[in-house]
Amino acid sequence: MNEQGRPARVGGGALVTRGVDEAGVPDYHAPMIENPPPPIVGTAHPRLDGYEKTSGRAKYVDDLTFPGMIYGRTVRSTVARGRIRSIQTSAAAADSGFTVVDYRDIPAVNVISLIEDDQPCLVEREIRHMAEPVLLLAHADREKLYGAEVVTDVEESPAILNYEVSDVELKRLTISRGDVDAALAAADVIVEGEYRTGHQEQLYIEPNGVIAVPENGGVTIYGSLQCPFYVMRALRVLLGLPDDKLRVVQAATGGGFGGKEEYPSMLASHAALLALKSGRPVKMIYDRGEDMLATTKRHPFRVRHRTGVSRDGTIVALDVDILVDGGAYTTLTPVVLSRGALHCGGPYRCDNVRVQGRAMMTNTPPNGAFRGFGAPQTLFAIEAHMERIADALGMDSVALREHNALRPGDTTITGGTIGPDGSALEVLREAVTRSDYHAKRAQWRGTNRGIGLALFFHGAGFTGDGERKLASRAAIETTATGVRILAGTVEIGQGSHTTHAQIVAETLGLPFDRIAVEHPDTDNVPNSGPTVASRTCMVVGRILQRCSTDLLERLSGMDPADHFKQHGPTRVEQEYEAPLGLHFDEVNYVGDAYGTYAWACDIAEVEIDRDTFEVRPVHFTAVQEIGRAINPVMVRGQIEGGTAQGLGYALLEDVIMRDGGMANNSMTNYIVPTTLDTPTMDVVIMERPYRHGPMGAKGLGELPIDGPAPAVINAIRHLGIELNELPATPERIMEAVCSSE
Amino acid sequence: MQLRVNGADYDVTSHPMTRLLDVLREDLRLTGTKEGCGEGECGACTVLVEGEPVCSCLVPVAQVEGAAITTIEGIDEDHPLLRAFVDHGGAQCGICTPGMILAALDIEPDASLDEIRVRLAGNICRCTGYEAIYRAIRDA
Repeated sequence: MNEQGRPARVGGGALVTRGVDEAGVPDYHAPMIENPPPPIVGTAHPRLDGYEKTSGRAKYVDDLTFPGMIYGRTVRSTVARGRIRSIQTSAAAADSGFTVVDYRDIPAVNVISLIEDDQPCLVEREIRHMAEPVLLLAHADREKLYGAEVVTDVEESPAILNYEVSDVELKRLTISRGDVDAALAAADVIVEGEYRTGHQEQLYIEPNGVIAVPENGGVTIYGSLQCPFYVMRALRVLLGLPDDKLRVVQAATGGGFGGKEEYPSMLASHAALLALKSGRPVKMIYDRGEDMLATTKRHPFRVRHRTGVSRDGTIVALDVDILVDGGAYTTLTPVVLSRGALHCGGPYRCDNVRVQGRAMMTNTPPNGAFRGFGAPQTLFAIEAHMERIADALGMDSVALREHNALRPGDTTITGGTIGPDGSALEVLREAVTRSDYHAKRAQWRGTNRGIGLALFFHGAGFTGDGERKLASRAAIETTATGVRILAGTVEIGQGSHTTHAQIVAETLGLPFDRIAVEHPDTDNVPNSGPTVASRTCMVVGRILQRCSTDLLERLSGMDPADHFKQHGPTRVEQEYEAPLGLHFDEVNYVGDAYGTYAWACDIAEVEIDRDTFEVRPVHFTAVQEIGRAINPVMVRGQIEGGTAQGLGYALLEDVIMRDGGMANNSMTNYIVPTTLDTPTMDVVIMERPYRHGPMGAKGLGELPIDGPAPAVINAIRHLGIELNELPATPERIMEAVCSSE
Repeated sequence: MQLRVNGADYDVTSHPMTRLLDVLREDLRLTGTKEGCGEGECGACTVLVEGEPVCSCLVPVAQVEGAAITTIEGIDEDHPLLRAFVDHGGAQCGICTPGMILAALDIEPDASLDEIRVRLAGNICRCTGYEAIYRAIRDA
């Protein structure tokens, strides 16, 4: 298949795209025209919103204004747990320009509707976490708004701040396969380990923000968000209004990474209440401090492994205990635990498995969606653990991974089958060869340089029957110039609009510039599900591909623009169709948890300063098999960007919790990677098409953040320092060195 | 107070201690300059004052009276750096992009990687891992 090596432009970082082999036969749609135009899929079309963004013309929510617009403010709890005796503000009495909203102003149900409807929009009596919203204010003058005094009288009660001692369970699950106890008893060696990860802040550069505009007897939301239809649902329940009175429009969105998956439902609810009460458009934009204090973060995990292995390196028993800090309300925690558990065995075979997972309530702001969604935590644990297993056996850890790696036809820990596109061995071998891993491993031993590896996979799309239940819809429609795409998934930087347009253009045999993409606005686009779970290209792109095939038939050879001129717009809408044979039992955790997996191997090369204990990544190799790169520039951007974010998780990003709230809630104290903290990156995109992805594409968005942390921790281990906890800050490294001396 | 932005003169009546960022965005409606952190850490609000990149969230407007200020709106859309950012994926979500482009405007395409890194160290991008930004600068 295609192999195009492109020379390094910067510091040795190169990009190579190559197919694995012909084993996974792609289900390409062959254009139904003679003399097809040059391929569109697989080429680097510039992003559709490129010039809007580089020129500063793109309108983010804070760039929008509406006539008569006023500003909203959230008054929050300053304790982690307690009961409100009274809230008093003289603001409204003294100045008629104030609008004040509390829970009694909620027209229908005081809840942010998600999985469990346990989270109130505004506290009535019981405060369950620091920075919980209790009162809303709005005013045209921001100085007056923020100057208004609010006195809250709270009876404080003891808070549960440590999830390891919490006795309130939000979710529990068990995965069970074979006979773990018997296999452990018969194993030659048992290796145990405990691994911990902390919170991580998404730190999109544009903070959360919305504008609510009262109109048409209801409300329209303009916002920075990933899931317009989640916001719709939350407003429907909160306000008791029918869908035709509600509208959600995505503004240009300055990064999400999961942090704008569920939280915008809360923020939009607040702005909507203020807008409906004041009768004026209300803008609410969090400043950085409020955003970091109040909004969701990656869940902290504690993962304990007890693994039985034979002398030859075969993993015979996998016993895993997972404990998760959910925060004060359920939000998405059950699904994060689930995805974490499903990835906790890593990309390895094992017939005897017991996974016990529990998510605990704490009186801290709810943790939520963040790129990877539980998998980075558990993959960190298993990949750090693999090094310990290799050491215990006196075996090379690459050989150990090769020996156990899942191959096509093998079964996962839930008994799901790896398809013909399974690529664990291929990515591992490519990364090891390309980075000269073994030679560096030998040469650098005892020096200040270390090299470490992580092999990992990521299930794409919603877990189990999730996609079937979502029943996402997307459409295309003929226009005077070609075709337009109507989908409810959003462009948040990942390039989904461009990628979708490439899929549709190629399927229709039309030039790329004849495809338009309708802006996500719930009045105009069908519900394509949320923009999460690495599903936008693979799942929604596939629906659009099917729409295109269908439209081609209807056009019977006619150009869509000519057809439009004769017949007016022709619209084709399709719903998600689950691949045949894909079944998952969500109660017992048995079957195919995902339609497919993307596969990757990361290799981190680091340097330590033995005086300051600072570890710096100097070079990084990322070999990632993603089915098909619809747009190689976007794909490379996801891999490089996810890798940098993963390196932040590994080395820098340390959320300090004090009294139940983030103490370092500023960019001065919470450090994310800058240009000086990121290494050169050598990226290899491998393609082994997935039968049910558009042109073979698999999900990609989350995969790249799963590997950097374990690769870095394993490189630090190569330096002679054993760490079982993230992030590897100089303080933690010093502690590890001092305690081992 | 007189302000000179992108070659045009503006009469500004804001309080002299108002942040330059707010004057640009709210009084002049030049919304291409973005606010990411409000404390000079992220660089999204970067503008050029007499050709030097500064964080406009840290500058009281009185301090730049009479100085030549350049915002992203003052850069020609056909500028090779803008094209290179689009072609190489230097912009993803785009919120850091105007500030990043202004900070990178004077970097020579043959600058060393170390020099590029140092010059951009005050501008945080959460999407790209910076590699595509380096490629764009090298190709501009």
